[in-house]
This record gives sequence, C-alpha cells and structure tokens, in this order.
Amino acid sequence: MLKIKDLSVAVEGKEIIHDVNLSIQNGETHVLFGPNGAGKSTLLMAIMGFPKYKVTRGSIHFKGKEITRLTVDERARLGIGMSFQRPPVVRGVKTRDMVAACLKSKTDDAAIGQLAEKADLSEFLERDINYGFSGGEIKRSELMQLLAQKPELTLLDEPESGVDLVNIVLIGELMNDLLEKNCPIQYRKCMGLIITHTGHILDYVNARTGYVMCDGTIGCVGDPHEMLATIREKGYDECIKCYLGRLPVSD
Amino acid sequence: MTKSATSASDKEKARVAAAKKAALGEDIDLSRYAGSTEEHPYEEDPSRLPARAKEQMLTAGVMLDDPSQRSGTYIQMDNTPVHSSVSQDGVEVMPVGQAMEKYDWMGDYWWKAVLIDQDKYTANIELNQYSGYFIRALPGQKTLFPVQSCLYLAKDKLMQNVHNIIIAEEGSELDIITGCTTATADEPGLHLGVSEFYIKKGAKVTFTMIHSWSPETAVRPRSAVVIEEGGLFLSNYLLMKPVQSLQMNPLARCVGDGATARFNSVLVTGAGSSLDVGSRVILDGRGARTEIISRAITTGGTIIARGYIEGNAPDCKGHLECRGLILGEKGVIQAIPELKGTLAGIDLSHEAAVGKIAEEEVEYLMARGLTRDEATAAIVRGFLRVDIEGLPPLLAEELKRAVEASQEEVM
Repeated sequence: MLKIKDLSVAVEGKEIIHDVNLSIQNGETHVLFGPNGAGKSTLLMAIMGFPKYKVTRGSIHFKGKEITRLTVDERARLGIGMSFQRPPVVRGVKTRDMVAACLKSKTDDAAIGQLAEKADLSEFLERDINYGFSGGEIKRSELMQLLAQKPELTLLDEPESGVDLVNIVLIGELMNDLLEKNCPIQYRKCMGLIITHTGHILDYVNARTGYVMCDGTIGCVGDPHEMLATIREKGYDECIKCYLGRLPVSD
Repeated sequence: MTKSATSASDKEKARVAAAKKAALGEDIDLSRYAGSTEEHPYEEDPSRLPARAKEQMLTAGVMLDDPSQRSGTYIQMDNTPVHSSVSQDGVEVMPVGQAMEKYDWMGDYWWKAVLIDQDKYTANIELNQYSGYFIRALPGQKTLFPVQSCLYLAKDKLMQNVHNIIIAEEGSELDIITGCTTATADEPGLHLGVSEFYIKKGAKVTFTMIHSWSPETAVRPRSAVVIEEGGLFLSNYLLMKPVQSLQMNPLARCVGDGATARFNSVLVTGAGSSLDVGSRVILDGRGARTEIISRAITTGGTIIARGYIEGNAPDCKGHLECRGLILGEKGVIQAIPELKGTLAGIDLSHEAAVGKIAEEEVEYLMARGLTRDEATAAIVRGFLRVDIEGLPPLLAEELKRAVEASQEEVM
C-alpha cells in the first residue's frame, strides 16, 4: 500500500505541491489527470525520491514503512519503479546493461532476450540507452526495464505521449503485464499511479480511481472514466471551477 | 647499431636540432637521463624472462607465456632487443638493425615519415641510435594473430631511444599490439620513440598501443603514418596508468585515394600526471576518410586532448570527437579540436565536451535500483567504452579487458 499524507513538495525553494492526500491499496491502479503545470510529474518525482523535489511537509508511506527521507535507489530497491517521460541518453551504457541492472543479473541473456522480444526492442539491446530512440521506443524501453525490475508500485508519467496507434496497443499490453492485470484481483499485488494528459491510455489499461490535480493539489477524486468524459466535454476549467466552488466546504 | 640508413644530410639536421625544444609539452632535460651502457642478455624463449618483468608486460597487454596467441613477438629492454621471433610465414619481426643488414632499401623508409629535426627528441634518437622493431607483412599476407612488441624500461634514470619501422605491403593485413611499461614505480625514466608506418595500397594496419608507465616516467613518442590508396590505419591508444609527463601528437597522411585513418584514444589519469595527447590526419587523397575519437578522464591530473584534421582533396571526410570527464575536484581537461579545409566539397566536423557526470544520468540509473556508486561506475564504464569499428575480435576482447581492469582503479 502507498499512503501519502498532507504532502507538500518544493522545487528550488518554490512550493509546487500542497497538502496532497492519496492512498493506493495493493492491486489497484490510479490515474492522475490535470492540466499542464498542475504538479502531476512533481508528485511522481517526489514519490520516487529525486533530490530536487524536496518534501516540505507531510509523509509518504510504502508497504507500511515511512520512505519520505529515503534515497531514490533505496526506494527502487524497496519496490518502487518509474517510467520516465523524457529519460536521459546515457552514452556507452547499452540498453542491455540497463535491463541487466534491473534484473540484478549480468548474465541472464535469455531473460533479457525475452523481455526485449516482448517489447519489440530486440534490435535495441546493443544500442546506447535512449540514444536516437523515437517516442514510442522510449516508452517501450522504459516499460521493458520496469518489467525486469518488477516493482510493486509503478509510477508512469504519460505513457501514451508521443506514441502512435500501433505502439499504444503494445504499450497497453506491457502496462497490463506490469500491473498484473491478467491476474485475478484477489491475488494482484502490484500498484500503479499513471499520469495521463489525454486519457487515451484508459482504453487499454483499467484503473479504479482517478484524481484531478490543479495548482498543486488534488481537487477531485472519483471514477476515472467519468472524470475523463467530463474533462473531454468541458475541459479542465470545469474541474477548476468545481474545485473552487467546493473549497469552503472542504475547508 | 652497426649499420645506419640515415643520409649524411639527415645526420647533419639531427646535429643542428639536438637542443631544439618541442612545440608542445614541457621541455625535458635530457642530461638528467643516462644512455644505455649495459646490455641485457638475449632470450630465445621469452617465457623465461624474469617473472616480475613478464608481470609488468602483461599489464601492457604483452603475453609471453602463451605464444600460440601471437604471430610474432619483439621485446626490448632499455636499449637492447632481448627477443624477436615470428611464428607465421609472410610476417617479419626483427630488430631494426637486423633489417638494415638484410635490406638495402631501408633508407626508403628511415626518417621518411617523421622529421628527423622535428625536435630534440627525434634528433636525440638519431644521435644516440640503439634499436627498435621492424615489423612487416609481405604483400597479400594477413596476420592470423596479433604481432606483439614490448618496450620495457628496466633501469632507473635511463633514456630509452627507440626507432621503429612498420610496413604493410600491398593488400596485407597487420595487427600489432604494443605494450610499453617500466620496472620501477618510483624512479625517473625517459622513453623516446620514433615509429614510422607505411601502409601500402589496399593494406590494413591495426595498431593497439597500451601504455603502462610509472608516475616518474616521461614519455615522448613521435609517430607518423603514410597511407596509400585504399589503405587503412586503425590506431587504438590506451593510457590508464599514471605517468609523469607524456606528450605525443602522431600524424597520419592519407596520401592515396580512399585512404582511411582512425584514431581512438582512451586516456585516464590522476594527480601529478600531465598528458598532452593528440592525433593529426591530413587528407590528401580523393575520398580519404578519418575519424578521431578521444575519451579523457582525470581524477586530478591535467589532460590536453588535441585533434587536427586537414582536408586537401575532393570528397574527403573527417570527424573529430573529444569528450572529457572530470572526476574529483582538481583535474583539468582541455580539448583542442582543429579543422582545416582548403577546398570546396570537403566534409569536416567536430564535437567536444568536457564536464562532470550528469546528475540526471546518475539518478536515472539509481531509479532502477543501482546505488550512487554503482550508477557512477556504470556511466564511467560506458564513457570509456569506445566501439571500435573494424577491430579484430581478439584485439577487441583484449582492449575491453584492459579498460575494465583499469577502470577499477579509477573508481
């Protein structure tokens, strides 16, 4: 279980996220909607523990343990994984090396080969990671690494952005694998938190709960499909108005 | 050497240049070093050389216990050739003095690529001539295994003078591994070396040089390569052990149409070392090609990484890449890439970057569960991984091993 309590996060001294509360039970996938600049990525980066994203208030608990002060790698080893929206190119570090690092095995070529085949990236294993990759290739490569890493909580930052229609089907399949969607609900352990701007990914991956983030806070919680329908029809302005209208009540 | 191939006018030039300072690198006082007085005994079986020497040589890629992996071997201790042998027909390996006795045409190659009066180091090599290796592949012959050579500094405060001639005759292929190393870790020594390469029409030479000197050694190699039509020169240079001062700037002239020169250098140094290492290529043949790639890491020393490409012929193409990584607080890396084009229709480019490891890259790897140290090591390993096109698999494997062995020291 992931439990975020009264979380505020600052970047370079400026508070971006204010008093966010959110919890994800084992086996659940949640979706974060929100306009550009709402703080969605910041929230994910703070959960992953990147040093630039400083928690100024509140706490993050994962699997019953407070992780608010743990480093990125400690959180990764505890079972949190993240798909980056724009991962860096690391020259000389091969895609194969990354998958091997995620598998924690240098020699398991068969497992690496299988994962690459699944992600349709067999040709990319000997290439420098992310070097000259297209949008879809980056997403597939990120998911391939996560499949090797097997996190219990997967953080996905806009997995569908820059991806064409053919790729999105494959990306949906990889995400379903990662989130154990093919496993009966009662046995499912893996959790997911997905940022989506367009909501397209919901056609391929089922999610239980949706949030709308505005101005660094969660303004609305509900059924993600219903939320998406409203956002598509009326835009985020409606969400903001609704949220502002409810403010005195929640205060 | 008893016989000399140097012309009278060249000898005079050497005398005039005896005190001429080099254009680059700190000036070395040659009087601090002794010439060779004592000769080392010749050894028929190189595996019987002293264990300590063999161990040192192995750090520079020279294997003496398993001759089946080499097509030929040349070992020089200080200024004495102590072993030369060849195990393949069509390949010649011998001390240059012996080659001069054998071939009356040595004068066609002797001081014909490197200028005898380039500086006091070249002049001194002529004026105090001892030995060096002669390696030649006969027309159409290909080395099955690399030929290896080792230039070994055994005595303290000694000046090693070496003059090498390498010839790949038409259509031949020659792979050479040369390792340079020293017996003592804390005594001064000076290595001066001239290497002249001649790559004939359609021939290919892969020259892999591993330097494993000591923190007290000063090194001034002077190399030049002449590449004829369709010829290929592939140089891999690895310096990953401390050295006091090293300056070299080899020159390749692609004189024939379609001639190609590639230089890959991996330089790693720490506090107290000063390196000034470059590669120069002159493209005089139509459609000649070059690529110069250097990777430099300092944990405290100074590295100047130079590169120079000059395009003088139609359709020639060259690319230069210098990348430097400063690990630690006090290192200095200066990348000096230079391009010169003298006519339209040529294509020369360069890229250079000097910096520290990008934090974003470290964190990306950490998000996959690697510790900070593991992530940094993986990035450094990647940085040093120069994918060398056209390198024979055996050499590629050895180079990889050498890089991996020394990067552990960096970390």
